[in-house]
Amino acid sequence: MSSSTVALPDTTSGPELADLGEVTARIREHVVNMCAGPEGGHVGGSMSLVEILATLYFRVMLVDPQFPASPDRDVLLLSKGHGGIGLYATLCEAGFFPASVLADYGMQGGALMAHPNTELPGVEMPTGSLGHGLALGIGYALATRLDESDRRTFVVMGDGELQEGSVWEAASVAASQKLDNLIAVVDRNGLQITGGTHEVNDLEPLGDRWRAFGWRVFEVDGHDVDQLTDALSAQPEEGRPTVVIARTVKGKGLPMVENQTRSHYAKLGDRQRRLALAALEKGRRS
Amino acid sequence: MTAAVKVLSSREVYRDIVAELLPRDERMICLDTDTGLFSGVDFGAAADRYVNIGIAEHTLMGAAAGLAKEGRLPFVNTMAAFACSRAVEAVKIDIAYNNLPVRIAATHSGVSAGHLGPTHHALEDLAVMRTLPNMTVIVPADAATTDSLVRQALALPGPVYLRLGRNATPDLPAGPPVKLGQAQVLRQGTDITIAACGSYPVLAAVEAAELLEAQGIEATVLHVHTVKPLDTATLAAAAGFTGTVITVEEHWRTGGFGAAVAEALTELLPVRVHRLGLPDRFVGVSGSQSYLLGRAGVTAAAIAERAKTSLRG
Repeated sequence: MSSSTVALPDTTSGPELADLGEVTARIREHVVNMCAGPEGGHVGGSMSLVEILATLYFRVMLVDPQFPASPDRDVLLLSKGHGGIGLYATLCEAGFFPASVLADYGMQGGALMAHPNTELPGVEMPTGSLGHGLALGIGYALATRLDESDRRTFVVMGDGELQEGSVWEAASVAASQKLDNLIAVVDRNGLQITGGTHEVNDLEPLGDRWRAFGWRVFEVDGHDVDQLTDALSAQPEEGRPTVVIARTVKGKGLPMVENQTRSHYAKLGDRQRRLALAALEKGRRS
Repeated sequence: MTAAVKVLSSREVYRDIVAELLPRDERMICLDTDTGLFSGVDFGAAADRYVNIGIAEHTLMGAAAGLAKEGRLPFVNTMAAFACSRAVEAVKIDIAYNNLPVRIAATHSGVSAGHLGPTHHALEDLAVMRTLPNMTVIVPADAATTDSLVRQALALPGPVYLRLGRNATPDLPAGPPVKLGQAQVLRQGTDITIAACGSYPVLAAVEAAELLEAQGIEATVLHVHTVKPLDTATLAAAAGFTGTVITVEEHWRTGGFGAAVAEALTELLPVRVHRLGLPDRFVGVSGSQSYLLGRAGVTAAAIAERAKTSLRG
């Protein structure tokens, strides 16, 4: 349910918007398969991200998989770099590289580490240490302003990540610099490694915090691709950066770990993998 | 009486170069952190490429990385103490890991912040920055070498750490042209090598060589302004000749220039390396840059004494 405090424009009625049900299901399958690889993976925070990334790559951003560094592209920075397998899976589905590349995940000497590697087409920055993406995004947004381009920069952050002070340092700079081409997205799944964010280091009232820093705030259901599309496609508000707080479920799609702290990282055995894929298949049919 | 020409500090030389070049090169952008270094500078039509982001050093480095990734040539400045400690994770991951052409002007290096105290001293920055892959580390020793080295560094494809001072320091004696990546040979002798890094250390090394000459000891004096990549060839050639090297620097003895020299030379030849620098403690007293260096034994007399002691074996 949307609790947006700013009226969202209706951008979802056009016929060009792709149905994302099949794409998000395939992304989740890739994530499960990677988590069944030799190293396992950050399953919970990758599953919560799926609709956010799919909406950005399939409905919102201007990107060309054939020219991943095109100067006209919209930019995505996965500041919560531990969602790396979610990004790899999405880039694969978006056509940046073939599915065979994903089989390299976690292999000794392979390029696909848990955190994004810029050797992969479409990966902008090597994130993973939390609290870096927003400052990087400021750099992209300043460059875009100097270029007098209307290109947008999206920075996807985790909610636990917002406990890093550098996020708020950058949030203040972005608002002061009036970077209205900068859009932050918070994957608000409410969990971090040791418990709920409200138990460990409370973030609420999260929307008010961002508003107090000078940001326009949208709050949406982070698994509703239409709500995400509206918020992420909204026309910039002149002089203010935008944050989309996307309320999500950690481990979404896998009932055995959904909304559980243990979903943070998992190495799935073969039986667990088959159970997970069966759960996804059931979800796909429903 | 003729009017004295004002000697500029290395940070003022840097400021003037940025002020000169920014309007001419559309790729350049200057990010500042409320330092006041650029107060009064008129960038004219290029004013949109000078951005004062406030007191936000992590954001400074991250934003510079984003700009560089997009083809811009960022020149960023903060105090060395903040560049090499508070912001170092962004320098490491966002700038060095991506091998991006960001020029980090780190002012108030060493103990040049003087009585501002240990919170504003940077005595670990060479150790930190030279450890980072892709980083070039430059320590200009006077106004002229700053001017030369900053301009030479413009074309480097990767990140650069420019270790700058706070106040003007005396000019170095005349020597061969300063070339990035090459030690400048200020004096050649057969008995001992003195390799120095930074303004007062190089001046002290030159003076020490004169003191030693009066006592019949001939010293080679190397002005080493590029700490990374280190000019191992020139250092090894001198060390091979004299057998003993004394390094002098405005940095903790741990991990800095002297350590870099020792690491490089001991892999190549049998050599004794004595490292003069600041001892392994915080400088917890008030004092000017030269006072604090004198107190720590970074002086011509101390260098000469160490040379004589070493040669006596």
